[in-house]
Amino acid sequence: MTAQSCPRQHCATTMDSAALEPSLYTVKAVFILDNDGNRLLSKYYDPELYPSMKEQKNFEKNVFNKTHKADNEIAFLEGMTIVYKSSIDLFFYVVGSAQENELMLMAVLNCLFESLSQMLRKNVEKRTLLDNMDGVFLVVDEIIDGGVILESDPQQVIEKVNYRADDSPLSEQSVAQSRSNH
Amino acid sequence: MIKKFDKKDEESGSGSNPFQHLEKSAVLQEARIFNETPINPRRCLHILTKIIYLLNQGEHFGTTEATEAFFAMTRLFQSNDQTLRRMCYLTIKEMANISEDVIIVTSSLTKDMTGKEDVYRGPAIRALCRITDTTMLQAIERYMKQAIVDKVPSVSSSALVSSLHMVKMSFDVVKRWVNEAQEAASSDNIMVQYHALGLLYHLRKNDRLAVTKMLNKFTKSGLKSPFAYCMMIRIASKLLEETEGGHDSPLFDFIESCLRNKHEMVVYEAASAIVHMPNCTARELAPAVSVLQLFCSSPKAALRYAAVRTLNKVAMKHPSAVTACNLDLENLITDSNRSIATLAITTLLKTGSESSVDRLMKQISSFVSEISDEFKVVVVQAISALCQKYPRKHSVMMNFLSNMLRDDGGFEYKRAIVDCIISIIEENPESKETGLAHLCEFIEDCEHTVLATKILHLLGKEGPRTPTPSKYIRFIFNRVVLESEAVRAAAVSALAKFGAQNDDLLPSVLVLMKRCMMDSDDEVRDRATFYMNVLQQKQKALNAAYIFNGLSVSVPGLEKSLHQYTLEPSEKPFDMKTVPLATAPITEQKTEIAPVATSKLPEKVAPSRQDIYQEQLAAIPEFQGLGLLFKSSEPVQLTEAETEYVVRCIKHTFANRMIFQFDCTNTLNDQLLQRVLVQMEPSEAYEVLHYVPAPSLPYSQPGSCYSLVRLPEDDPTAVSCTFSCTMKYLVRDCDPNTGEPDDDGYDDEYVLEDLEVTVADHIQKVLKPNFGAAWEEIGDENEKEETFALATVRTLDEAVNNIISFLGMQPCERSDKVPENKNSHVLFLAGVFRGGHDVLVRSRLALADGVTMQVTVRSTDENVVDVILASVG
Repeated sequence: MTAQSCPRQHCATTMDSAALEPSLYTVKAVFILDNDGNRLLSKYYDPELYPSMKEQKNFEKNVFNKTHKADNEIAFLEGMTIVYKSSIDLFFYVVGSAQENELMLMAVLNCLFESLSQMLRKNVEKRTLLDNMDGVFLVVDEIIDGGVILESDPQQVIEKVNYRADDSPLSEQSVAQSRSNH
Repeated sequence: MIKKFDKKDEESGSGSNPFQHLEKSAVLQEARIFNETPINPRRCLHILTKIIYLLNQGEHFGTTEATEAFFAMTRLFQSNDQTLRRMCYLTIKEMANISEDVIIVTSSLTKDMTGKEDVYRGPAIRALCRITDTTMLQAIERYMKQAIVDKVPSVSSSALVSSLHMVKMSFDVVKRWVNEAQEAASSDNIMVQYHALGLLYHLRKNDRLAVTKMLNKFTKSGLKSPFAYCMMIRIASKLLEETEGGHDSPLFDFIESCLRNKHEMVVYEAASAIVHMPNCTARELAPAVSVLQLFCSSPKAALRYAAVRTLNKVAMKHPSAVTACNLDLENLITDSNRSIATLAITTLLKTGSESSVDRLMKQISSFVSEISDEFKVVVVQAISALCQKYPRKHSVMMNFLSNMLRDDGGFEYKRAIVDCIISIIEENPESKETGLAHLCEFIEDCEHTVLATKILHLLGKEGPRTPTPSKYIRFIFNRVVLESEAVRAAAVSALAKFGAQNDDLLPSVLVLMKRCMMDSDDEVRDRATFYMNVLQQKQKALNAAYIFNGLSVSVPGLEKSLHQYTLEPSEKPFDMKTVPLATAPITEQKTEIAPVATSKLPEKVAPSRQDIYQEQLAAIPEFQGLGLLFKSSEPVQLTEAETEYVVRCIKHTFANRMIFQFDCTNTLNDQLLQRVLVQMEPSEAYEVLHYVPAPSLPYSQPGSCYSLVRLPEDDPTAVSCTFSCTMKYLVRDCDPNTGEPDDDGYDDEYVLEDLEVTVADHIQKVLKPNFGAAWEEIGDENEKEETFALATVRTLDEAVNNIISFLGMQPCERSDKVPENKNSHVLFLAGVFRGGHDVLVRSRLALADGVTMQVTVRSTDENVVDVILASVG
């Protein structure tokens, strides 16, 4: 009975990998969570993987619960290979299929982290990240396009995004402005 | 003042996330400032960020409000703020599916993609392709082609990747850009190389020759991108697999050469490709295994994980190839990443010696609760394999498994454990009681109906035959009180078996059964009432037929027969004998252990092979009125493997006829065979009644011809016969290229190997879960006994296997497994003889010089007993 209610169960246990179909589609999903496991940013590139928001958030919860305690860099959950990294109050995840080359996923994760670290002047923490959320969206967009690795060199990413993290964060600005509007 | 406000905000706790309490309606309200002149880039940027953030959180935008915001956003193209423009592209992509008329931005995007600002061009292409359909694609085709070969890498990459996304939708258009992609592939930029290779492969993947050429070219020219190398390795191994090419091919050499690449990513991809190749020899594996061994000591967890996971894979098929890494694996069993440690231990369990088992099991039990279900299943699989390899270790394993059973875990995990315990019980009789006790404890608190019913069934089968059956009753009856309908019904069936087997328990079982008759569920009540009545008769034969040994007919067959019966109402009661028997007993005693992970629960009972044959044969007019197909044999090859014609025969047995089905294949491409039949000359009193030829047999298309044979009626003991077979046909030569045949042909024939009909063709296997009861049920009315000496047989195992394959009967009570170091053994066989007569064989074997065998046969028909004994002798 339980087997039917969890449609993904069959994948969950198959760590066996058939030969991988040659393809540029490498990344299944990428997400950034805060230290309570709340989603700050997530992108799912395979429409068949967790099509609904509810499934996505469940997956993220599950991944977070299994990974936030130990900084182990790599995990295998729900039939997916997941590489991850944490920084202060942030958790970065890159998800690929069970058969995916783990090092390719690591290359994506490292590029994401390094780019953000440069952009945020090494202050990779929740508050700075949220204050520069537009830059974060652009960085992710430059690294992965529809599941294809677009760029893996952080230097290149930073150049392409050409974003300056502001000393006076946007949110304050907008707060000030919205106050002056009233 | 700003600072002050901020501080207060932080104190109140919500300040940590400025987006936390965003309201969609408020944000959309704010978006109205997009229409203000002059545009305030900072504020607009912040509002766009909020919109994208909300979409990302899963906030639902209605079509109208999304379209409104989208149209307002298009005004922002008037601003030249770089980040704002980039955020517009993102908004376009995010809203492409929720807003209407997104194509309104096409001209703005086209302008950006061909403009002077390089920073805009790549992202504009990607946004444009996101909102473009096949017809519009043709309008921008010219720009796309230019972009693919653009000297700015980000433009070229963006165009290539966007083209790849559009291959699914507009293959025919994108196909025309092959030359541009080809040119891009020779770019100096590593990402452009990679993307060009990917696009080229997707465009050509159905043309193997083109892929091979492309691969040749790139392996020679030497791409720089490690990603491209990984891609090429995958293409090469796919080609190897498809061509089933030997490992001496240049493709294999290429993959092997990648083991020396300077990028770890490429080295690992190559090693993994080699490991996953089918039929890899130990020598070919060795270089791959040694790079993986190096990776085991890498400081990077992902690399260690990748290496040990791949080694684990190797160990499944070639444990000896991994032995060299044992030391490195030992270092990983305490790895702080538990996934790595688990994989290392389970690999060692496969490669290590018996002496290390205890130590490894102890190590793994120290952290088993920390690992995820997926890895727990890996552990259980390793234990399963180990139990088969070292049966003496079963007590250690059992202990470990019972602890795992008590832990939390999902269904797959629990099922793997239960399957593993059951298989240990079946392999090691001395572990039965401990195993059953663990399972009893498990079902006391088991949320999985499937597992509970499975265990109850096992308890019913094994429990009554243990020294103290009474102790299981409590566990079973608790289920009746506490569980769902399906489990209660299974519990009732299990109880009945205790009552039937153990006379002293019968009164208490009857009391319990009476209470079950009050159950709220129909099925449970029906079962209880039925068993109650059977048990009260106190007849061994009834117990055997209705409690121990259930239906032996095929379920789809029964369904069909009953349906047929209801269509043609008749005075006669429905006869179970007319239902075909189940060909492969569903309750096979041995649980397959290896494929725990891959086994899928069959959703529906698929029609058996025999049901399919029955239908095929019934469709041939000559074979009407033969009645029910009793048994179909496995195919017998009547030709050598690589001859001009390949013929195999399937023997179909009916009540008093046999049909021989010859599946013929013509392997000559310059011949067309017609009117093909196989002429049969019997050695005994069998009579060939009819031939049904195969009308035509073109090159490599299999066809079937049939012979209908009458079995000798006057001598029921004449069961075996040899037929000499000759294939006769008309040959028409034909053009090998066009397949066009000549007008006239000539008769020819081809001698096949002899075909044997043996006693096994007349007997269908039937599993009696409780052989003793079935033996009593038949009684000794037609019992005969004889003793034989098997001089040529040297071991009991060999003798057992010979008897089983000769008689074609089903071994029961796992008596096909001879315990080690024993000089005597009893084999129980059950089957049904043609015509529906039950037959049971008890064969006592003793090993002295040769093997001495005392065969006792019981059947419902006297002739059958004679047939069996005559054929054994």
